[in-house]
Amino acid sequence: MSQLIDFVIVSVVLVSIGVYGLVVKRNAIRMLFSIEIIINAANLNLVAFSRSLPNVQGQVFALFSIAIAAAEVAVGLGLIIIAYRLYKEIDVAEFKSMRG
Amino acid sequence: MFDVDPLFVGVSVLTVGSSIVALETKELIYGAIALAIGMMGIAGFFLLLDAPFVAMFQIAVYVGAVAVLIIFTVMLVRTQALFTTKEDKGRKGAGIVLMLVIMAGFGAILLVSGFNNPSYGNFNSPGIDFTAIGKEMLTYYSPALVVLGLTLAGSVVAALALARREDIEQPQ
Repeated sequence: MSQLIDFVIVSVVLVSIGVYGLVVKRNAIRMLFSIEIIINAANLNLVAFSRSLPNVQGQVFALFSIAIAAAEVAVGLGLIIIAYRLYKEIDVAEFKSMRG
Repeated sequence: MFDVDPLFVGVSVLTVGSSIVALETKELIYGAIALAIGMMGIAGFFLLLDAPFVAMFQIAVYVGAVAVLIIFTVMLVRTQALFTTKEDKGRKGAGIVLMLVIMAGFGAILLVSGFNNPSYGNFNSPGIDFTAIGKEMLTYYSPALVVLGLTLAGSVVAALALARREDIEQPQ
């Protein structure tokens, strides 16, 4: 029987993979993948703690988080399409006018 | 201590493996498919945690909507832009080091917190009935639910407005 710590460890591994992707990748779509992986790790933690306590709020927050993530992907992909139209490139280092 | 659940190990390997594949595969379309498989793995975790409602929601939203949206975006973007990878070796090494540091840091925190004590994080209590989720959403969290619906509608309209092309002449 698996325990809470097992789910938390998987979640930590997923967060580290997501951070690695955000640091290393320059492709905008892959950076979006990394953000999705991190959000899913957070959802996994919410549901695991909700099961362990047990408390219904964790699952409710996980559902809200999934819906917000879907909205974020829609806007993110719209931005990527626009950036591609402007620069003919989805490499974030090439988006020169957004450089601070 | 070492009585591991083979189902849990299988789902973990599937999820972590497909997350790595999603980031490291050469072709972005395979990456999107691997991401969808990883999201299904997360839904499997939710099923293992006795949360079938969240698992179904996860499959409907991530595998059904987000993955398809990403695949369509990949199809819209020119293939040459997808295949040019310009990451340098030093950056990749730094990323791997950062990943290991985060894993070790969180692992150390989990070890010293006494979190791996079997009496603390067990799942002996009965699972949560999904009628309780519905009740909670429609009573205490109903304003949040309405705001969430408006946010989703607003984001979809915003995405449509962003992706609209103004340089194409509309036929009169």
